[in-house]
Amino acid sequence: MTVTLFWIFAGAAIVSAMLCVTRPNPVVSALWLVVTLFSLAGLFVILDAQFLAVLQVLVYAGAIMVLFLFVIMLLNLGRSEAPERRSRPGIALAVAVGGAFLTLLAAIWSARPPEAVKMPEGTMSALQSAQGAVGVVAEPLYRTYLIPFELTSILLLAAIVGAVVLAKKRL
Amino acid sequence: MLLGPSLAVSAILFAIGVFGVLLRRNAIVVFMCIELMLNAANLAFVALAREVGIGGQVIVFFVMAVAAAEAAVGLAIIIAIYRHRETVNVSAINLLRG
Repeated sequence: MTVTLFWIFAGAAIVSAMLCVTRPNPVVSALWLVVTLFSLAGLFVILDAQFLAVLQVLVYAGAIMVLFLFVIMLLNLGRSEAPERRSRPGIALAVAVGGAFLTLLAAIWSARPPEAVKMPEGTMSALQSAQGAVGVVAEPLYRTYLIPFELTSILLLAAIVGAVVLAKKRL
Repeated sequence: MLLGPSLAVSAILFAIGVFGVLLRRNAIVVFMCIELMLNAANLAFVALAREVGIGGQVIVFFVMAVAAAEAAVGLAIIIAIYRHRETVNVSAINLLRG
């Protein structure tokens, strides 16, 4: 059952990502990206990351994609572009990336973490039932990763100020 | 058990994002492809967190915060460029090309 659901969400994510990249209209592209982000939230639930799945829907599919659609509408780009003249180096690079990726896919499929760092099967679900789905992430976030967490607030402040300075006509 | 398939799906999504960045000319679509690549990395982190430890899930928080900051600043830059050039086509924005 879990495996079936995993493949349903994985297939939805890949197909909608391809549609997002190939559609000529930016608005349609953005909406397909939202479908990809929802499918990834489903995958997160299957992979024992329920809290991250909620954040994925709230932050990514909610806030960030609304920002994208807002800018598309603001700049009035909601019409399909003329067929694009693609640069030759770009196509060559894309073919090279595709080839390298296909040769690596089998190795990626069978990749395993080394035994020394591996936790026994089911440790994550046991931790979650002991501490709760949020507590299991919050505890290391406020202990081990406290300084990076506080630095993130400075990063966000800098981003807010930077966005206002860049987008405003006259300060 | 689902580690291999998860990493493969993550790699496929990342490759689709790379294709989009290389082949699309609309700056906003290029940005969306970058978001797609960040999400593919998140999927790999979550899949590995299940095997190795909770640290992977904490990193996904930071990736989301950085993605939000990047989207805000990047879209502000796109608006500023559009105001000057009336286009968001990345092949038309070639001021620094010699």
